[in-house]
Amino acid sequence: MGKYDLSLIWPFFLDKLDEIIELSTEHVLVVLISVLLATIFGVSLGLFAWDKPLLRSASIATAGVILTIPSMALLALMIPTFGLGWVPTLIALALYSLLPIVRNTVVGLREVPEAVMESARGMGMSPLRVLLSVQMPIAWPVILTGLRVATQLAIGIASIAAYVAGPGLGVYIFKGLSMLGAKNALNFALTGTVMIIIIALLFDALFILIKRLTTSRGIRG
Amino acid sequence: MANKTGATIELLNVSKVYPNQPEPAVENFTMTINPGELVMLVGPSGCGKTTTMKMINRIIEPSSGSIKIDGQDILTLDQNQLRRNIGYVIQQIGLFPHMTIAENVAVVPTLLGWSKDKIRARVAEMLELVELDPSVFSNRYPKQLSGGQQQRVGVARALSADPPVMLMDEPFGATDPITRERLQAEFQQLQANIGKTIVFVTHDFEEAIKLGDRIAVLSKRSKIEQFDTPANILANPASEYVASFIGEGAALKRLALMRVDSAVESGNATGPAISRDENLRVALDSVVLNAGRPVPVVGGGRVSIESISAALGIDVSRLGQ
Ligand SMILES: Nc1ncnc2c1ncn2[C@@H]1O[C@H](COP(=O)(O)OP(=O)(O)O)[C@@H](O)[C@H]1O
Ligand SMILES: [Mg+2]
Repeated sequence: MGKYDLSLIWPFFLDKLDEIIELSTEHVLVVLISVLLATIFGVSLGLFAWDKPLLRSASIATAGVILTIPSMALLALMIPTFGLGWVPTLIALALYSLLPIVRNTVVGLREVPEAVMESARGMGMSPLRVLLSVQMPIAWPVILTGLRVATQLAIGIASIAAYVAGPGLGVYIFKGLSMLGAKNALNFALTGTVMIIIIALLFDALFILIKRLTTSRGIRG
Repeated sequence: MANKTGATIELLNVSKVYPNQPEPAVENFTMTINPGELVMLVGPSGCGKTTTMKMINRIIEPSSGSIKIDGQDILTLDQNQLRRNIGYVIQQIGLFPHMTIAENVAVVPTLLGWSKDKIRARVAEMLELVELDPSVFSNRYPKQLSGGQQQRVGVARALSADPPVMLMDEPFGATDPITRERLQAEFQQLQANIGKTIVFVTHDFEEAIKLGDRIAVLSKRSKIEQFDTPANILANPASEYVASFIGEGAALKRLALMRVDSAVESGNATGPAISRDENLRVALDSVVLNAGRPVPVVGGGRVSIESISAALGIDVSRLGQ
Protein backbone atom coordinates (compact mmCIF):
# COMPACT_ATOMS: atom_id res chain seq x y z
CA MET A 1 0.00 0.00 0.00
CA GLY A 2 1.43 3.32 -1.07
CA LYS A 3 1.57 6.47 0.97
CA TYR A 4 -1.89 8.03 1.23
CA ASP A 5 -2.30 11.60 0.04
CA LEU A 6 -4.91 13.32 2.19
CA SER A 7 -5.35 16.16 -0.27
CA LEU A 8 -7.06 13.75 -2.65
CA ILE A 9 -10.06 13.34 -0.35
CA TRP A 10 -11.49 16.76 -1.19
CA PRO A 11 -11.93 16.16 -4.94
CA PHE A 12 -13.34 12.74 -4.05
CA PHE A 13 -15.80 14.35 -1.65
CA LEU A 14 -17.00 16.88 -4.22
CA ASP A 15 -17.26 14.24 -6.89
CA LYS A 16 -19.40 11.97 -4.71
CA LEU A 17 -21.34 14.74 -2.93
CA ASP A 18 -24.80 13.64 -4.05
CA GLU A 19 -24.22 10.08 -2.97
CA ILE A 20 -22.68 11.17 0.34
CA ILE A 21 -25.72 13.31 1.10
CA GLU A 22 -28.02 10.44 0.22
CA LEU A 23 -26.19 7.93 2.39
CA SER A 24 -25.99 10.41 5.28
CA THR A 25 -29.71 11.07 5.05
CA GLU A 26 -30.38 7.34 5.10
CA HIS A 27 -28.11 6.98 8.07
CA VAL A 28 -29.90 9.70 10.01
CA LEU A 29 -33.27 8.30 9.04
CA VAL A 30 -32.50 4.75 10.06
CA VAL A 31 -31.21 5.97 13.43
CA LEU A 32 -34.24 8.21 13.98
CA ILE A 33 -36.75 5.52 13.17
CA SER A 34 -35.09 2.79 15.21
CA VAL A 35 -34.54 5.01 18.26
CA LEU A 36 -38.13 6.18 17.98
CA LEU A 37 -39.35 2.57 17.97
CA ALA A 38 -37.08 1.73 20.89
CA THR A 39 -38.31 4.81 22.77
CA ILE A 40 -41.97 3.95 22.33
CA PHE A 41 -41.39 0.41 23.47
CA GLY A 42 -38.67 1.07 26.04
CA VAL A 43 -40.30 4.00 27.84
CA SER A 44 -43.64 2.18 27.95
CA LEU A 45 -41.91 -0.87 29.38
CA GLY A 46 -40.13 1.30 31.93
CA LEU A 47 -43.34 3.07 32.96
CA PHE A 48 -45.00 -0.28 33.44
CA ALA A 49 -42.16 -2.13 35.12
CA TRP A 50 -40.44 0.44 37.34
CA ASP A 51 -42.26 -0.60 40.52
CA LYS A 52 -42.39 -4.34 39.81
CA PRO A 53 -39.06 -5.75 41.04
CA LEU A 54 -39.14 -8.97 39.03
CA LEU A 55 -40.30 -7.51 35.74
CA ARG A 56 -37.95 -4.57 36.12
CA SER A 57 -34.87 -6.75 36.63
CA ALA A 58 -35.92 -9.09 33.85
CA SER A 59 -36.42 -6.22 31.40
CA ILE A 60 -33.06 -4.63 32.10
CA ALA A 61 -31.26 -7.98 32.07
CA THR A 62 -32.83 -8.95 28.74
CA ALA A 63 -32.00 -5.62 27.15
CA GLY A 64 -28.47 -6.05 28.49
CA VAL A 65 -28.10 -9.49 26.96
CA ILE A 66 -29.28 -8.21 23.58
CA LEU A 67 -26.57 -5.59 23.65
CA THR A 68 -23.89 -8.26 24.10
CA ILE A 69 -24.86 -10.08 20.89
CA PRO A 70 -22.26 -9.12 18.24
CA SER A 71 -24.00 -6.90 15.71
CA MET A 72 -22.84 -8.93 12.70
CA ALA A 73 -24.32 -12.03 14.27
CA LEU A 74 -27.63 -10.40 15.09
CA LEU A 75 -27.96 -8.97 11.59
CA ALA A 76 -27.07 -12.28 10.00
CA LEU A 77 -29.61 -14.06 12.19
CA MET A 78 -32.32 -11.81 10.87
CA ILE A 79 -31.70 -12.41 7.18
CA PRO A 80 -33.76 -15.63 6.98
CA THR A 81 -36.79 -13.95 8.55
CA PHE A 82 -36.60 -10.37 7.40
CA GLY A 83 -34.42 -10.53 4.33
CA LEU A 84 -31.98 -7.75 3.49
CA GLY A 85 -32.13 -3.97 3.70
CA TRP A 86 -34.04 -1.58 5.93
CA VAL A 87 -36.19 -3.96 7.95
CA PRO A 88 -33.49 -6.06 9.64
CA THR A 89 -31.44 -2.92 10.17
CA LEU A 90 -34.28 -1.09 11.92
CA ILE A 91 -35.11 -4.07 14.10
CA ALA A 92 -31.52 -4.68 15.12
CA LEU A 93 -30.87 -1.03 15.92
CA ALA A 94 -34.10 -0.74 17.91
CA LEU A 95 -33.13 -3.80 19.93
CA TYR A 96 -29.66 -2.46 20.65
CA SER A 97 -31.09 0.91 21.69
CA LEU A 98 -33.40 -0.62 24.26
CA LEU A 99 -31.02 -1.02 27.19
CA PRO A 100 -30.16 2.62 27.87
CA ILE A 101 -33.77 3.65 27.33
CA VAL A 102 -35.40 1.04 29.57
CA ARG A 103 -32.73 1.30 32.22
CA ASN A 104 -32.77 5.09 32.42
CA THR A 105 -36.55 5.19 32.46
CA VAL A 106 -36.65 2.77 35.38
CA VAL A 107 -33.80 4.46 37.23
CA GLY A 108 -35.24 7.93 36.66
CA LEU A 109 -38.70 6.97 37.92
CA ARG A 110 -37.27 5.21 40.95
CA GLU A 111 -34.97 8.09 41.86
CA VAL A 112 -37.86 10.44 42.61
CA PRO A 113 -37.49 11.16 46.35
CA GLU A 114 -39.81 9.19 48.64
CA ALA A 115 -41.00 12.43 50.28
CA VAL A 116 -42.15 13.75 46.89
CA MET A 117 -43.95 10.49 46.14
CA GLU A 118 -45.61 10.44 49.54
CA SER A 119 -46.80 14.01 49.40
CA ALA A 120 -48.18 13.40 45.90
CA ARG A 121 -50.16 10.43 47.15
CA GLY A 122 -51.07 12.27 50.34
CA MET A 123 -52.67 15.05 48.33
CA GLY A 124 -54.94 12.60 46.58
CA MET A 125 -53.27 12.01 43.22
CA SER A 126 -54.10 8.69 41.59
CA PRO A 127 -51.11 6.41 40.85
CA LEU A 128 -51.33 7.22 37.13
CA ARG A 129 -51.42 10.92 37.88
CA VAL A 130 -48.41 10.61 40.17
CA LEU A 131 -46.56 8.75 37.42
CA LEU A 132 -47.36 11.18 34.64
CA SER A 133 -47.41 14.55 36.35
CA VAL A 134 -44.83 14.08 39.09
CA GLN A 135 -42.47 11.20 38.37
CA MET A 136 -42.20 11.53 34.62
CA PRO A 137 -41.22 15.23 34.59
CA ILE A 138 -38.73 14.71 37.41
CA ALA A 139 -37.24 11.65 35.70
CA TRP A 140 -37.22 13.34 32.30
CA PRO A 141 -33.56 14.49 32.22
CA VAL A 142 -32.45 10.95 33.11
CA ILE A 143 -34.72 9.41 30.46
CA LEU A 144 -33.47 11.90 27.91
CA THR A 145 -29.89 10.92 28.71
CA GLY A 146 -30.90 7.33 27.99
CA LEU A 147 -32.26 8.40 24.60
CA ARG A 148 -29.05 10.25 23.88
CA VAL A 149 -26.87 7.24 24.68
CA ALA A 150 -29.19 5.01 22.64
CA THR A 151 -28.88 7.37 19.69
CA GLN A 152 -25.08 7.41 19.81
CA LEU A 153 -25.11 3.63 20.03
CA ALA A 154 -27.43 3.35 17.05
CA ILE A 155 -25.38 5.78 14.96
CA GLY A 156 -22.29 3.63 15.44
CA ILE A 157 -23.92 0.27 14.95
CA ALA A 158 -25.89 1.48 11.93
CA SER A 159 -22.68 1.47 9.91
CA ILE A 160 -22.62 -2.28 10.15
CA ALA A 161 -26.04 -2.46 8.48
CA ALA A 162 -24.32 -2.40 5.11
CA TYR A 163 -23.49 -6.02 5.86
CA VAL A 164 -27.15 -6.93 5.26
CA ALA A 165 -27.38 -4.46 2.39
CA GLY A 166 -28.87 -1.96 4.78
CA PRO A 167 -28.93 1.81 4.32
CA GLY A 168 -26.47 4.40 5.51
CA LEU A 169 -22.83 5.35 5.51
CA GLY A 170 -21.73 1.82 6.33
CA VAL A 171 -21.91 1.27 2.59
CA TYR A 172 -18.86 3.51 2.13
CA ILE A 173 -16.94 1.95 4.97
CA PHE A 174 -17.55 -1.58 3.74
CA LYS A 175 -16.74 -0.56 0.18
CA GLY A 176 -13.47 0.99 1.32
CA LEU A 177 -12.51 -2.03 3.38
CA SER A 178 -13.33 -4.48 0.62
CA MET A 179 -11.12 -2.71 -1.93
CA LEU A 180 -8.20 -2.01 0.38
CA GLY A 181 -5.15 -1.09 -1.64
CA ALA A 182 -7.16 0.35 -4.50
CA LYS A 183 -7.01 4.02 -5.34
CA ASN A 184 -10.14 5.24 -3.52
CA ALA A 185 -10.28 2.65 -0.71
CA LEU A 186 -9.28 5.00 2.08
CA ASN A 187 -11.32 7.85 0.61
CA PHE A 188 -14.46 5.75 0.94
CA ALA A 189 -13.69 4.49 4.44
CA LEU A 190 -12.57 7.87 5.71
CA THR A 191 -15.53 9.77 4.25
CA GLY A 192 -17.95 7.26 5.79
CA THR A 193 -16.28 7.50 9.17
CA VAL A 194 -16.03 11.28 9.25
CA MET A 195 -19.65 11.70 8.21
CA ILE A 196 -20.72 9.33 10.98
CA ILE A 197 -18.77 11.36 13.52
CA ILE A 198 -20.37 14.57 12.23
CA ILE A 199 -23.83 13.03 12.48
CA ALA A 200 -23.09 11.89 16.03
CA LEU A 201 -21.98 15.40 17.01
CA LEU A 202 -25.07 16.94 15.45
CA PHE A 203 -27.36 14.55 17.29
CA ASP A 204 -25.57 15.32 20.53
CA ALA A 205 -26.07 19.04 20.00
CA LEU A 206 -29.72 18.38 19.23
CA PHE A 207 -30.13 16.48 22.50
CA ILE A 208 -28.53 19.27 24.49
CA LEU A 209 -31.02 21.65 22.92
CA ILE A 210 -33.99 19.35 23.57
CA LYS A 211 -32.92 18.91 27.18
CA ARG A 212 -32.79 22.64 27.71
CA LEU A 213 -36.16 23.19 26.10
CA THR A 214 -38.04 20.35 27.80
CA THR A 215 -36.62 20.22 31.33
CA SER A 216 -38.30 22.30 34.03
CA ARG A 217 -36.13 25.13 35.31
CA GLY A 218 -36.71 23.79 38.79
CA ILE A 219 -34.71 20.62 38.15
CA ARG A 220 -32.13 21.87 35.70
CA GLY A 221 -28.61 21.32 37.01
CA MET B 1 -66.92 16.65 55.65
CA ALA B 2 -69.18 19.58 55.03
CA ASN B 3 -67.87 21.53 57.98
CA LYS B 4 -64.91 23.27 56.44
CA THR B 5 -63.54 24.75 59.62
CA GLY B 6 -62.87 21.47 61.33
CA ALA B 7 -64.16 17.95 61.61
CA THR B 8 -64.40 15.37 64.35
CA ILE B 9 -61.91 12.54 64.09
CA GLU B 10 -62.63 9.32 65.94
CA LEU B 11 -60.15 6.48 66.13
CA LEU B 12 -61.51 3.31 67.70
CA ASN B 13 -59.30 0.36 68.64
CA VAL B 14 -57.01 1.08 65.74
CA SER B 15 -54.05 -1.27 65.33
CA LYS B 16 -51.31 -1.63 62.78
CA VAL B 17 -49.12 -4.66 62.34
CA TYR B 18 -46.49 -4.24 59.62
CA PRO B 19 -45.84 -7.33 57.51
CA ASN B 20 -43.15 -9.58 59.00
CA GLN B 21 -43.06 -7.65 62.28
CA PRO B 22 -43.56 -9.61 65.50
CA GLU B 23 -45.12 -6.68 67.39
CA PRO B 24 -47.80 -4.23 66.34
CA ALA B 25 -46.51 -0.68 65.69
CA VAL B 26 -49.83 0.65 66.99
CA GLU B 27 -52.11 -1.31 69.29
CA ASN B 28 -55.74 -0.52 70.15
CA PHE B 29 -55.44 3.19 69.74
CA THR B 30 -58.63 5.00 70.70
CA MET B 31 -59.05 8.77 70.62
CA THR B 32 -61.68 11.37 69.78
CA ILE B 33 -60.51 14.70 68.43
CA ASN B 34 -62.94 17.63 68.48
CA PRO B 35 -63.59 19.98 65.55
CA GLY B 36 -61.02 22.74 65.41
CA GLU B 37 -58.78 21.07 67.96
CA LEU B 38 -55.02 20.80 67.62
CA VAL B 39 -53.89 17.52 69.11
CA MET B 40 -50.20 16.81 69.55
CA LEU B 41 -48.96 13.23 69.45
CA VAL B 42 -45.71 13.29 71.36
CA GLY B 43 -43.42 10.42 72.28
CA PRO B 44 -39.97 8.98 71.68
CA SER B 45 -38.77 7.96 68.25
CA GLY B 46 -40.26 4.67 67.09
CA CYS B 47 -43.25 4.72 69.45
CA GLY B 48 -45.73 4.75 66.58
CA LYS B 49 -46.69 8.42 66.22
CA THR B 50 -46.23 8.57 62.45
CA THR B 51 -47.95 5.25 61.88
CA THR B 52 -50.93 6.40 63.94
CA MET B 53 -51.20 9.68 62.04
CA LYS B 54 -50.78 8.20 58.56
CA MET B 55 -53.66 5.82 59.07
CA ILE B 56 -55.98 8.82 59.14
CA ASN B 57 -55.34 9.57 55.44
CA ARG B 58 -54.71 5.93 54.61
CA ILE B 59 -51.12 6.41 53.56
CA ILE B 60 -50.88 3.43 55.90
CA GLU B 61 -53.85 1.06 55.99
CA PRO B 62 -54.96 0.07 59.49
CA SER B 63 -54.83 -3.66 60.29
CA SER B 64 -57.92 -3.38 62.45
CA GLY B 65 -60.18 -0.88 64.15
CA SER B 66 -62.14 1.98 62.67
CA ILE B 67 -61.44 5.61 61.87
CA LYS B 68 -64.24 8.09 61.32
CA ILE B 69 -64.16 11.67 60.16
CA ASP B 70 -67.39 13.51 60.96
CA GLY B 71 -69.01 10.16 61.51
CA GLN B 72 -67.98 8.69 58.14
CA ASP B 73 -65.85 5.57 58.14
CA ILE B 74 -62.81 6.53 56.07
CA LEU B 75 -62.43 3.00 54.73
CA THR B 76 -65.73 3.42 52.89
CA LEU B 77 -64.57 6.63 51.17
CA ASP B 78 -62.61 6.83 47.95
CA GLN B 79 -58.98 7.04 49.02
CA ASN B 80 -58.07 9.96 46.77
CA GLN B 81 -61.24 11.92 47.59
CA LEU B 82 -60.45 11.42 51.27
CA ARG B 83 -56.92 12.71 50.86
CA ARG B 84 -58.00 15.80 48.95
CA ASN B 85 -59.94 16.75 52.08
CA ILE B 86 -57.00 16.25 54.43
CA GLY B 87 -54.06 18.63 54.40
CA TYR B 88 -50.78 16.77 54.67
CA VAL B 89 -47.44 18.19 55.77
CA ILE B 90 -44.36 16.04 56.30
CA GLN B 91 -40.95 16.80 57.75
CA GLN B 92 -39.12 16.32 54.44
CA ILE B 93 -41.69 18.73 52.94
CA GLY B 94 -41.78 16.95 49.57
CA LEU B 95 -42.46 19.96 47.37
CA PHE B 96 -42.55 19.12 43.67
CA PRO B 97 -39.17 20.36 42.39
CA HIS B 98 -40.31 20.73 38.77
CA MET B 99 -43.24 22.96 39.63
CA THR B 100 -43.19 26.62 40.62
CA ILE B 101 -44.30 27.62 44.10
CA ALA B 102 -47.66 28.72 42.68
CA GLU B 103 -48.10 25.38 40.88
CA ASN B 104 -47.22 23.50 44.05
CA VAL B 105 -49.83 25.36 46.06
CA ALA B 106 -52.37 24.84 43.26
CA VAL B 107 -52.08 21.03 43.22
CA VAL B 108 -55.15 20.05 45.23
CA PRO B 109 -57.43 22.81 43.89
CA THR B 110 -56.44 21.62 40.40
CA LEU B 111 -57.27 18.02 41.32
CA LEU B 112 -60.63 19.27 42.57
CA GLY B 113 -61.27 20.99 39.25
CA TRP B 114 -61.41 24.59 40.43
CA SER B 115 -61.48 27.30 37.77
CA LYS B 116 -58.21 28.99 36.79
CA ASP B 117 -59.26 32.34 38.27
CA LYS B 118 -60.32 30.83 41.55
CA ILE B 119 -57.06 28.89 41.79
CA ARG B 120 -54.95 31.96 41.04
CA ALA B 121 -56.71 33.99 43.71
CA ARG B 122 -56.47 31.16 46.19
CA VAL B 123 -52.73 30.64 45.62
CA ALA B 124 -52.04 34.32 46.28
CA GLU B 125 -54.19 34.22 49.40
CA MET B 126 -52.39 31.12 50.72
CA LEU B 127 -48.92 32.53 50.10
CA GLU B 128 -49.88 35.69 51.94
CA LEU B 129 -51.25 33.60 54.77
CA VAL B 130 -47.83 32.00 55.29
CA GLU B 131 -46.10 35.35 54.87
CA LEU B 132 -44.55 34.81 51.47
CA ASP B 133 -45.08 37.68 49.05
CA PRO B 134 -46.86 36.17 46.02
CA SER B 135 -45.30 38.65 43.62
CA VAL B 136 -41.86 37.49 44.74
CA PHE B 137 -42.36 33.77 45.24
CA SER B 138 -45.12 32.58 42.87
CA ASN B 139 -42.82 31.91 39.95
CA ARG B 140 -39.83 30.62 41.86
CA TYR B 141 -38.92 26.97 42.16
CA PRO B 142 -38.54 25.10 45.46
CA LYS B 143 -34.75 24.89 45.17
CA GLN B 144 -34.59 28.68 45.18
CA LEU B 145 -36.15 28.84 48.67
CA SER B 146 -34.64 28.39 52.13
CA GLY B 147 -35.73 25.44 54.26
CA GLY B 148 -38.03 27.61 56.33
CA GLN B 149 -39.63 29.15 53.24
CA GLN B 150 -40.11 25.71 51.71
CA GLN B 151 -41.89 24.51 54.84
CA ARG B 152 -44.16 27.58 54.67
CA VAL B 153 -45.02 26.57 51.12
CA GLY B 154 -45.65 23.06 52.41
CA VAL B 155 -48.20 24.45 54.85
CA ALA B 156 -49.77 26.70 52.19
CA ARG B 157 -50.06 23.72 49.84
CA ALA B 158 -51.74 21.62 52.52
CA LEU B 159 -54.23 24.40 53.28
CA SER B 160 -55.01 25.46 49.73
CA ALA B 161 -58.25 23.53 49.27
CA ASP B 162 -59.40 24.53 52.77
CA PRO B 163 -59.55 20.97 54.14
CA PRO B 164 -61.30 20.47 57.48
CA VAL B 165 -58.47 18.23 58.70
CA MET B 166 -54.68 18.62 58.68
CA LEU B 167 -52.04 16.01 59.41
CA MET B 168 -48.59 17.29 60.23
CA ASP B 169 -45.62 15.00 60.84
CA GLU B 170 -42.78 16.87 62.56
CA PRO B 171 -43.26 19.75 60.11
CA PHE B 172 -40.68 22.00 61.75
CA GLY B 173 -38.30 19.25 62.82
CA ALA B 174 -35.69 19.80 60.11
CA THR B 175 -35.29 23.55 60.56
CA ASP B 176 -32.77 25.39 62.73
CA PRO B 177 -33.94 26.50 66.20
CA ILE B 178 -34.50 30.14 65.28
CA THR B 179 -36.46 29.35 62.13
CA ARG B 180 -38.41 26.73 64.06
CA GLU B 181 -39.48 29.25 66.70
CA ARG B 182 -40.65 31.65 64.02
CA LEU B 183 -42.54 28.95 62.14
CA GLN B 184 -44.15 27.78 65.37
CA ALA B 185 -45.24 31.30 66.29
CA GLU B 186 -46.63 31.90 62.80
CA PHE B 187 -48.37 28.58 62.81
CA GLN B 188 -49.95 29.31 66.19
CA GLN B 189 -51.29 32.58 64.79
CA LEU B 190 -52.51 30.80 61.67
CA GLN B 191 -54.36 28.10 63.58
CA ALA B 192 -56.02 30.75 65.75
CA ASN B 193 -57.58 32.08 62.53
CA ILE B 194 -58.35 28.93 60.56
CA GLY B 195 -59.42 26.54 63.31
CA LYS B 196 -58.67 23.27 61.52
CA THR B 197 -58.78 19.93 63.22
CA ILE B 198 -55.09 19.10 63.35
CA VAL B 199 -53.15 16.03 64.29
CA PHE B 200 -49.58 17.13 64.83
CA VAL B 201 -46.76 14.66 65.46
CA THR B 202 -43.62 15.72 67.30
CA HIS B 203 -40.96 14.26 69.54
CA ASP B 204 -40.34 17.71 71.02
CA PHE B 205 -42.30 18.16 74.22
CA GLU B 206 -41.66 21.91 74.29
CA GLU B 207 -43.25 22.18 70.86
CA ALA B 208 -46.19 20.12 72.07
CA ILE B 209 -46.80 22.44 75.01
CA LYS B 210 -46.44 25.52 72.92
CA LEU B 211 -48.83 24.56 70.13
CA GLY B 212 -51.21 21.91 71.38
CA ASP B 213 -54.78 22.31 72.61
CA ARG B 214 -54.36 18.81 73.96
CA ILE B 215 -51.33 16.55 74.09
CA ALA B 216 -51.29 12.78 73.89
CA VAL B 217 -48.11 11.45 75.47
CA LEU B 218 -47.40 8.12 73.82
CA SER B 219 -45.22 5.17 74.73
CA LYS B 220 -44.39 2.04 72.73
CA ARG B 221 -47.05 0.75 70.35
CA SER B 222 -48.65 4.18 70.50
CA LYS B 223 -50.05 3.53 73.98
CA ILE B 224 -51.64 6.70 75.36
CA GLU B 225 -50.00 7.45 78.71
CA GLN B 226 -51.90 10.70 79.18
CA PHE B 227 -54.21 12.78 77.02
CA ASP B 228 -54.94 16.20 78.38
CA THR B 229 -54.29 19.92 78.03
CA PRO B 230 -50.67 21.07 78.32
CA ALA B 231 -51.41 22.82 81.63
CA ASN B 232 -53.01 19.74 83.17
CA ILE B 233 -50.23 17.43 82.03
CA LEU B 234 -47.60 19.76 83.46
CA ALA B 235 -49.53 20.15 86.72
CA ASN B 236 -50.48 16.50 87.13
CA PRO B 237 -48.37 14.08 85.12
CA ALA B 238 -50.21 10.76 85.14
CA SER B 239 -47.15 8.59 85.59
CA GLU B 240 -43.39 8.48 86.01
CA TYR B 241 -43.17 8.03 82.25
CA VAL B 242 -45.01 11.28 81.57
CA ALA B 243 -43.07 13.11 84.28
CA SER B 244 -39.78 11.99 82.77
CA PHE B 245 -40.99 13.17 79.40
CA ILE B 246 -41.77 16.61 80.79
CA GLY B 247 -38.26 16.74 82.15
CA GLU B 248 -36.79 19.57 84.21
CA GLY B 249 -38.48 22.87 84.81
CA ALA B 250 -42.14 21.83 84.77
CA ALA B 251 -43.14 24.92 86.76
CA LEU B 252 -41.46 27.27 84.31
CA LYS B 253 -43.08 25.47 81.39
CA ARG B 254 -46.47 25.90 83.03
CA LEU B 255 -45.83 29.56 83.64
CA ALA B 256 -45.12 30.03 79.96
CA LEU B 257 -48.69 28.87 79.29
CA MET B 258 -50.34 31.30 81.73
CA ARG B 259 -51.16 34.96 81.28
CA VAL B 260 -50.14 37.74 83.63
CA ASP B 261 -53.89 38.33 84.05
CA SER B 262 -54.16 35.23 86.20
CA ALA B 263 -51.65 36.44 88.80
CA VAL B 264 -52.41 40.14 89.23
CA GLU B 265 -52.77 41.23 92.83
CA SER B 266 -53.64 44.67 94.14
CA GLY B 267 -50.95 46.90 95.48
CA ASN B 268 -48.17 49.16 94.32
CA ALA B 269 -44.79 48.32 92.88
CA THR B 270 -41.87 50.04 91.30
CA GLY B 271 -39.91 48.91 88.29
CA PRO B 272 -40.64 48.35 84.58
CA ALA B 273 -44.36 47.62 84.03
CA ILE B 274 -45.45 44.41 82.33
CA SER B 275 -48.43 43.88 79.98
CA ARG B 276 -51.42 41.78 81.09
CA ASP B 277 -51.10 39.73 77.86
CA GLU B 278 -47.58 38.58 78.62
CA ASN B 279 -47.03 35.11 79.99
CA LEU B 280 -46.09 34.47 83.58
CA ARG B 281 -42.67 33.14 82.70
CA VAL B 282 -41.76 36.56 81.37
CA ALA B 283 -43.36 38.13 84.47
CA LEU B 284 -41.25 35.97 86.75
CA ASP B 285 -38.19 36.98 84.78
CA SER B 286 -39.06 40.64 85.39
CA VAL B 287 -39.56 40.06 89.10
CA VAL B 288 -36.20 38.32 89.39
CA LEU B 289 -34.50 41.14 87.49
CA ASN B 290 -36.26 43.53 89.89
CA ALA B 291 -34.33 41.90 92.77
CA GLY B 292 -37.33 39.78 93.71
CA ARG B 293 -39.59 42.77 94.33
CA PRO B 294 -43.07 42.88 92.76
CA VAL B 295 -43.39 44.61 89.37
CA PRO B 296 -46.33 46.81 88.27
CA VAL B 297 -48.81 45.64 85.64
CA VAL B 298 -49.92 47.95 82.85
CA GLY B 299 -53.43 49.15 83.69
CA GLY B 300 -53.15 48.60 87.44
CA GLY B 301 -52.08 46.06 90.06
CA ARG B 302 -48.83 44.13 90.30
CA VAL B 303 -47.34 40.64 90.19
CA SER B 304 -45.11 39.18 92.88
CA ILE B 305 -43.37 35.86 93.58
CA GLU B 306 -46.29 35.01 95.84
CA SER B 307 -49.02 35.86 93.33
CA ILE B 308 -47.24 33.91 90.60
CA SER B 309 -46.80 30.89 92.84
CA ALA B 310 -50.43 31.13 93.90
CA ALA B 311 -51.49 31.12 90.27
CA LEU B 312 -49.61 27.84 89.91
CA GLY B 313 -51.47 26.52 92.94
CA ILE B 314 -48.44 26.59 95.21
CA ASP B 315 -48.86 27.99 98.72
CA VAL B 316 -45.68 29.96 99.28
CA SER B 317 -46.40 30.64 102.93
CA ARG B 318 -45.98 26.94 103.63
CA LEU B 319 -42.69 26.60 101.78
CA GLY B 320 -39.64 26.32 104.00
CA GLN B 321 -41.66 25.30 107.06
N1 LIG C 1 -42.97 0.42 56.71
C1 LIG C 1 -42.64 -0.18 57.88
N2 LIG C 1 -42.39 -1.52 57.91
C2 LIG C 1 -42.07 -2.13 59.07
N3 LIG C 1 -41.98 -1.51 60.25
C3 LIG C 1 -42.20 -0.18 60.29
C4 LIG C 1 -42.55 0.55 59.11
N4 LIG C 1 -42.72 1.85 59.44
C5 LIG C 1 -42.49 1.93 60.76
N5 LIG C 1 -42.18 0.72 61.29
C6 LIG C 1 -41.91 0.41 62.70
O1 LIG C 1 -43.05 0.74 63.47
C7 LIG C 1 -42.68 1.38 64.67
C8 LIG C 1 -43.31 2.74 64.77
O2 LIG C 1 -42.77 3.58 63.76
P1 LIG C 1 -43.23 5.09 63.55
O3 LIG C 1 -44.72 5.13 63.49
O4 LIG C 1 -42.50 5.62 62.40
O5 LIG C 1 -42.73 5.78 64.91
P2 LIG C 1 -42.48 7.31 65.26
O6 LIG C 1 -43.13 8.15 64.22
O7 LIG C 1 -43.07 7.48 66.60
O8 LIG C 1 -41.00 7.50 65.30
C9 LIG C 1 -41.17 1.41 64.70
O9 LIG C 1 -40.71 0.33 65.45
C10 LIG C 1 -40.79 1.27 63.26
O10 LIG C 1 -39.56 0.61 63.14
MG1 LIG D 1 -42.18 9.57 62.90
